[in-house]
Amino acid sequence: MKEEKKDKFDITTHSLVPEHIKLTEEEKKQLLQSYNISIKQFPAISQDDAMAKKLNLKIGDVIKIVRKSPTLGQSTYYRVVIK
Amino acid sequence: MADLFEQYEVFIPKPVLDRAKTLTKQYKLSEKDTKSVLDKIKTTYEDMKIAPGEAIGIVTAESFGEPGTQMILRSFHFAGASEMKVTMGLPRLIEIFDARKNPSTPVMEVYLQKKYSQSPTQVKEIAARIKETKLEEVASEFLLNIIENNVEVKLARKKMTEFNLSSKDIADIIVANLKNVTVDQDRDSLIIKSTIKEIKLSELYKLKEKSKEIHISGVKGIARVLPMKVEEEYIIYCVGSNLKDMLEIEEIDAARTRTNDVAEIGDVLGVEAARQAIVDEILKVIGEQGLNIDIRHIMLLADAMTATGEIKGVTRSGITQEKESVLAKASFETPIPHLVDASLTGEVDQLSSVIENVMLNQPVPLGTGLPGLMAKMKPKVEK
Repeated sequence: MKEEKKDKFDITTHSLVPEHIKLTEEEKKQLLQSYNISIKQFPAISQDDAMAKKLNLKIGDVIKIVRKSPTLGQSTYYRVVIK
Repeated sequence: MADLFEQYEVFIPKPVLDRAKTLTKQYKLSEKDTKSVLDKIKTTYEDMKIAPGEAIGIVTAESFGEPGTQMILRSFHFAGASEMKVTMGLPRLIEIFDARKNPSTPVMEVYLQKKYSQSPTQVKEIAARIKETKLEEVASEFLLNIIENNVEVKLARKKMTEFNLSSKDIADIIVANLKNVTVDQDRDSLIIKSTIKEIKLSELYKLKEKSKEIHISGVKGIARVLPMKVEEEYIIYCVGSNLKDMLEIEEIDAARTRTNDVAEIGDVLGVEAARQAIVDEILKVIGEQGLNIDIRHIMLLADAMTATGEIKGVTRSGITQEKESVLAKASFETPIPHLVDASLTGEVDQLSSVIENVMLNQPVPLGTGLPGLMAKMKPKVEK
């Protein structure tokens, strides 16, 4: 009887969750080139992570995270999807 | 004037630039003066940037360590005087750093949607609905009938009307929650019978204890609720935490509702939300103590703890485990298991980090020790 009441809460609207943007292959390539690193060197996010599931991410995808930062106003961070 | 600020957007972070904007306006500086101010900010900002190879981890550790010593002296406890006991001070800080799965005092802050958050009676009604109710609370007595081998639950009518429950509802809930039982209704009591023949007394007792814990209504895990007025609205403080189920409650403002259980936030909202929660929780603890640690240190720590995609504590089984070097791992608590594991699998230490080089009395890759010399060897051209 609970299910009828309301759709499931959309976690992307929660105040703790920053914006997650999936990068295209082209953007990924550019990013790797600009930092001159391999994909393994990025911080990771699990494929089972709530946000990774929400965005339907596959292993090897790179996501850009736009955080609100008290020191920079807005800071970007990248994570690679791992198993 | 606006163009001038735009020019500096690339060099100066936004919060600083905004502050400069308001201040220059306040003091009515001319365009020329404003430019020189911005130039000064720019050079100062450039000077403050951390150079590659700086050992920021150590600086972070010391920045936490020193105020930590002050904390023990200043911490004070309510000795049960406070209505809500929440772990604070150093113990709480250690709890966050160790990334414990369950905090010793889980607490939630439940915000309500605007139309529900104004009247105290409405808030109280919602709070009562959120609170977990167990069978124990709608029953007045639990009796063991040894002769007939059953458990008799005497129901409290008054409580039941409060929760809008009939005895049939409760009977259904019991059947759904316990295995191998039948429930008979008998006026003001329910009789729980096990379908197993010749049940032992100890098992019957277990059945009684189990039935006490049956969840009747409310959000599981919320032991106590406390409506409180904060600024213009009422919010509900909850002892006990269950973010997942709480977010599905209709009347609450789910976007602002939060818990102090970092691991739970990680499970429900993802690792990025957990990182933010770590930062916020640490800020809260040190703020309460009247201390001041630069937020950059806290953010570095939170980033390090969540870098692998899951929340790792600052312990030997946490972020230390992620180090590549065997010697570095062995240098921090329980050295022998690490060395044994490494020799069994034939690991190679690349000596690429600090501590293993300290052990071997070599220059460490820090500061001026970081850059290496690379020579492009060309075959000598003979004339």
